[in-house]
Amino acid sequence: MTFISNLINGISLGSIYAIIALMLNFAHGDVIMIGAYVSYICTTSAGIPPILSVVIAMAVCTVLGILIEGLAYRPLRKATSLAVLITAIGVSYFLQNSALLIWGSNPKTFSSIVPFDSIALFEGKLIITAESIVTVAVCIVIMIGLTLFTKNGKMGKAMRAVSEDKDAAQLMGINTNSTISLTFAIGSALAAVAGVLLCSAYPVLIPTTGSMPGIKAFTAAVFGGIGSIPGAMLGGILLGIIEIFGKSYISTELSDAIVFAVLIIVLLVKPTGLLGKKINEKV
Amino acid sequence: MSIASKYKALSKYARTNIKTYGLVIIAFAIMFPLQSTGTINNSISGQLVPICTYIVLAISLNLTVGILGELSLGHAGFMSVGAFSGVIAAAAFRDSVASDPLRLLIVIIIGGIFAGIAGLLIGIPVLRLRGDYLAIVTLAFGEIIKNIINCLYVGIDSKGLHFSMKDTASLGMTNGKIVLNGPQGAVGITKIATFTAGFILILITLFIVLNMIYSKTGRAITAIRDNRIAAESVGISVTKYKLTAFITSAALAGMAGALYAMNFSTVAPKKFDFNTSILILVFVVLGGMGNIMGSIIATTVLYMLPELLREFADYRMLIYAIVLILVMLATNSTKAKLITESVKFKIKGVFVRKNKDDSDKGEVTDNG
Repeated sequence: MTFISNLINGISLGSIYAIIALMLNFAHGDVIMIGAYVSYICTTSAGIPPILSVVIAMAVCTVLGILIEGLAYRPLRKATSLAVLITAIGVSYFLQNSALLIWGSNPKTFSSIVPFDSIALFEGKLIITAESIVTVAVCIVIMIGLTLFTKNGKMGKAMRAVSEDKDAAQLMGINTNSTISLTFAIGSALAAVAGVLLCSAYPVLIPTTGSMPGIKAFTAAVFGGIGSIPGAMLGGILLGIIEIFGKSYISTELSDAIVFAVLIIVLLVKPTGLLGKKINEKV
Repeated sequence: MSIASKYKALSKYARTNIKTYGLVIIAFAIMFPLQSTGTINNSISGQLVPICTYIVLAISLNLTVGILGELSLGHAGFMSVGAFSGVIAAAAFRDSVASDPLRLLIVIIIGGIFAGIAGLLIGIPVLRLRGDYLAIVTLAFGEIIKNIINCLYVGIDSKGLHFSMKDTASLGMTNGKIVLNGPQGAVGITKIATFTAGFILILITLFIVLNMIYSKTGRAITAIRDNRIAAESVGISVTKYKLTAFITSAALAGMAGALYAMNFSTVAPKKFDFNTSILILVFVVLGGMGNIMGSIIATTVLYMLPELLREFADYRMLIYAIVLILVMLATNSTKAKLITESVKFKIKGVFVRKNKDDSDKGEVTDNG
């Protein structure tokens, strides 16, 4: 029974990674943290009902995402990816230290936003928390929604075109700037959801809460293959399962090392991730 | 021939070398008397050895990122390997080597060797990958090293060294001394690092890296960076040269790590995490990729920046972040480039016109 409950915990943690992994942005972990803080402040200080607080957090993060994109990333559209990476790290420091100044370094105890009780099966031998059910359900809804959106919608198609070849997309009359802004808006709104779900399951909220999940999600994206929605989902869930299993069966301290070791082995066998496309080099 | 014209007659490489070595030596010549007479305050004097180690780290990372052109996000891992193997070596040689400078030398060499071995083991799989995938794997290795050292317990007694991955009790020592204590890291280190040692280590690093860049090896490495396939087709062994650069970089980082650890009484494994790797990368990128002197200047300025912003108290890291973003935008965005170009053009224009006026005076116009 512990095996099944570990599996469920792993899938639930992995679902959160999967939601975060949809955006490949190093400052994304900190957007998650901001989302969680906004939701926390709404429920504790303003007494807003939890579900509404999530909507407010999503709205705040959407604005934040568009601002970050417009101020920090848009001017660097033609710069090297390393320059973008360093700027993203600057943004990450900025968000963390802003949170530190606004909300202080004391950990906040986040109360779960899920209003249901845990489900006990097999005479209480197997307990499934309501948080993990909601997390997995939300993740599945988001994945299906996004897949449909990018497959069929006009904006979704534009998004795929821009991610494949920015210059060619622009020549076809796609407004690349607004498309990328929209991507950041959607990604940041989802980050707020991920933040709330993460803190419902692991209720300690500090300004650096988002950094490790951010790195893990980045890893998950690479694990599954960069730029693929099913890849992010698969990578995230596998990573979550490996992490929880490593924690409970091998060693709590070494669980991160195990996750990264599996990643390295996978990349050595499949250098572009599990579902990534092999890119042929042109000479 | 005057010195100035002799200097101009030198090759471009020789001039870069003179500038880089000169900068370091002059900085040392100014700082050393200030430090030994106690003119500068304690907070700056305590930063001198860390600055030296970060300069070495930045130069060595520049070899990987700037010269070899592969993004490494796990440089702190090599620093960590060097630091903790150095700490163990320092404990092992505490009684047999009495002289502090000699022991420091042994510690730094051992730190460098172990980090070099780690570089070899990591380099073989990592260098097969490209781009983002390579970056994430170096990150992964850095985290793995941090996690493993976090669970490592080492003790020393009359029989020698004892290792364990569980706890201090399982070391099986009766009355030994604990050297590495898991998550607490190295405890009770005798501080033997000095500013002079840091200065010498920078000179050695410069000697190794600059000679490497301007040698056959360096030219092969830059050829691989600029076009791997073309380099391969003219018979350059990509794996060999990539590994050479990667291992050299790792070994230098290990030496810096060993010196760093010898400057504190306790060092925890979590000090050498992803953020430290990023810190070094920021030094390299802001100093200019492949520009060794730039790395030295950027490290010194950026390392001192939080210290100089101390009066802003809580806001200093926020200011640091804003400065970082603004510098990146100013040096990389297309708009900023256009502005600097036009300003340069205007300044140049002023001088050109002035020269023209001067020459006009002496000439007789022939269209009149």
